[in-house]
Amino acid sequence: MTDNITVRIQETDFDIAREIAGLTAERSDIGAVVSFTGVCRGSEEGSAIAALTLEHYPGMAEAEIARHAETAMSRWPLFGIRVVHRVGRITPGENIVLVVTASKHRQAAFEAAEFMMDYLKANAPFWKRVEAAGGTKWIEARDHDDAAAARWTKS
Amino acid sequence: MKLKYFAWVRERIGKPEETIEPPPGVTTVEELIVWLVARGETYAHAFEKPRVIRAAIDHAHVKQDAAIAGAREIAFFPPMTGG
Repeated sequence: MTDNITVRIQETDFDIAREIAGLTAERSDIGAVVSFTGVCRGSEEGSAIAALTLEHYPGMAEAEIARHAETAMSRWPLFGIRVVHRVGRITPGENIVLVVTASKHRQAAFEAAEFMMDYLKANAPFWKRVEAAGGTKWIEARDHDDAAAARWTKS
Repeated sequence: MKLKYFAWVRERIGKPEETIEPPPGVTTVEELIVWLVARGETYAHAFEKPRVIRAAIDHAHVKQDAAIAGAREIAFFPPMTGG
């Protein structure tokens, strides 16, 4: 199985159907495609927000996501993984992140998508800043995101 | 070596990156933080809770006891909040 991994970081929105088609094109062995889309909420900790601004570490972010996608490819029987993560200013209702996994059967595709998202939340070098009526502030990391990522660590 | 700062670490230090030449006694990430803090108030503010700060050497996450010998680029940033 050749590694079919695509990782993109971009300011512009993505088209979910097109990303799925890009992963599954010209294949008849795929039986399951799972896609997860992270969307910008209109409130943070109970307060309305105007927008999120996402900053990333260029170079490291792409490399880290690709490295973990390779880990997922070796851990589950996958045909491919596609990750698109937006940066810059994102308003409520807009897409933030997309993970698509393709496999012969659903279990591997579901698990690998969750693994990739848990990893992205806790370990990919991105930072969110909230813009609200009262000003701007950086979102604090959540312990449960670290715990979610840690549960995939093999003992 | 080049240092890079992100999110509120960048804002507190007041610049996204700089090139530095730490003295030979500075051998680990932890010692580099101590050396940076002594450089001024902006650094002291950024590293006021040093255990919170994450570090990467040449695009790979490292713990603060990691050796910095041979590093081309060291980055400091808060816990990540992507996804």
